[in-house]
Amino acid sequence: MSTPMLGWKELPMGAVAFISSKEYPTGEWAVFQPKIDESKCIKCGLCWMYCPDSAYRWDGENVPVPSLEHCKGCGICATECPTKAIEMVRV
Amino acid sequence: MAVQKYGEQTVMALNGDEAVAWAVKQSNVDVVAAYPITPQTIIVERISEFVHNGEVDMEFIRVESEHSALSASWGASLAGARAFTATAANGLALMWEILYIVSSTRVPLVMAVVNRALSAPINIHNDHSDTMGARDSGWIQLYSEDAQEAYDNTIMAFKIAEEAMLPVMVTLDGFTISHTLQNVSVLPDEVVSNFVGERKIPRIKIPTIYGEKEVPFMLNPKYPITFGPLDLYDYYFEHKVQQNEAMKATPPIIEKVHKEYGEISGRSYEPVHMIPYKTEDADVVIIGLSSTMSVVRKVVDQLREEGKKVGAIRLRVFRPFPAEMLRKELSNFSTVGVLDRCISFGAEGGPLFLEIRSALYSSPSKPATVNYIYGLGGRELPPKLIAKAFNEILEVRAEPGTPIVKYLGVRE
Repeated sequence: MSTPMLGWKELPMGAVAFISSKEYPTGEWAVFQPKIDESKCIKCGLCWMYCPDSAYRWDGENVPVPSLEHCKGCGICATECPTKAIEMVRV
Repeated sequence: MAVQKYGEQTVMALNGDEAVAWAVKQSNVDVVAAYPITPQTIIVERISEFVHNGEVDMEFIRVESEHSALSASWGASLAGARAFTATAANGLALMWEILYIVSSTRVPLVMAVVNRALSAPINIHNDHSDTMGARDSGWIQLYSEDAQEAYDNTIMAFKIAEEAMLPVMVTLDGFTISHTLQNVSVLPDEVVSNFVGERKIPRIKIPTIYGEKEVPFMLNPKYPITFGPLDLYDYYFEHKVQQNEAMKATPPIIEKVHKEYGEISGRSYEPVHMIPYKTEDADVVIIGLSSTMSVVRKVVDQLREEGKKVGAIRLRVFRPFPAEMLRKELSNFSTVGVLDRCISFGAEGGPLFLEIRSALYSSPSKPATVNYIYGLGGRELPPKLIAKAFNEILEVRAEPGTPIVKYLGVRE
């Protein structure tokens, strides 16, 4: 992380968050991560909807794209996928 | 703001709980989330009556526990409301987790705590073990001597809390104050309303990686900020130091609000943090909190008639602890008796005693200190026992190597 470590006099009060969770690569925790078989994907968006970490990017038309730097590998998307297009692969 | 003559006040027969409810009614409070518990119940009953009768523009949230009461008040306050709650004893104990969350997120909540003994065995009467246990939770603590002061402290608490951005606990003794009718001077509604004003939301600067941005310090979808995020070894320590320094910076705010309140009510409780009584030429003093001190002052008068140079000091603000002020105030006496209506199990004395003795350690003329633990579970402290304590401390002339800690009014 490139942000300098702030001292107590510089921090906003109340310990409110000042760095977005976007900057926190929780994907490093994953043991398994999703791999999408684009030929099976019906672009229903259920993976995008169910993802508890909002790790999927989806424009509503194309195949949803998991952002692997935030995916912790829970596998909910693979379970919910109605066409079994998502496979959890060991990282 | 125009200065109102305090001749316009209405004298009402109120008990301590009703006095607090009246203060809340007049202080432009938006949300009250509370759960009834003896001896605080009357506060909740009166407030819900005010809401039911349409006398106030206030949301009363009926919750299922004190944990929820404080959580809901916290949420309301984060969303920008002026919020209030009240509890006692085991209710406060159930709020424990949220007490720290409220203070650490710098939420200016006001809570009345009607001091009552903690279970077990179950006891509904007064001692200070509940709020003393919460002394490290980051709340400002104001101790009230009577119903009038409970009313005044509650009004001032909103202003203190919102200026310091820290929560304030207003305490009053269970039954002794909460259920005892007293003549209370109640200010006109609009005077209190003008005094506390509408809640102002401070703005804070947040150093994001995209540059600094300024946002209101509240939950607002337009300016999203997160309260209470994960905060580990890299920042938690800094946040706690910041919180502690904010607490230590509150005495001038507390004094300023008392001064302003004095202008509208004639009651400024100066010198605010502690109120001395006949201490100018005293050899020894007894220091303590809340309603007991009115009896102590009576005993001071009796002993003065016998020619004994005794005095009393009532501490009003326990958190932040006014150590420097106490050092100045207490250094010139030969002996200081400290009344604790609370046991700190396994400690070398009661909480008030420990902090006073610690403050006096760096005083050049260390006065001797004697601790009296008294009144647990509502046990009376009659004047003759206070006189006995005074006569004992008149004999103690030097600070002993081991602290003297006694129980006052217990059977062996």
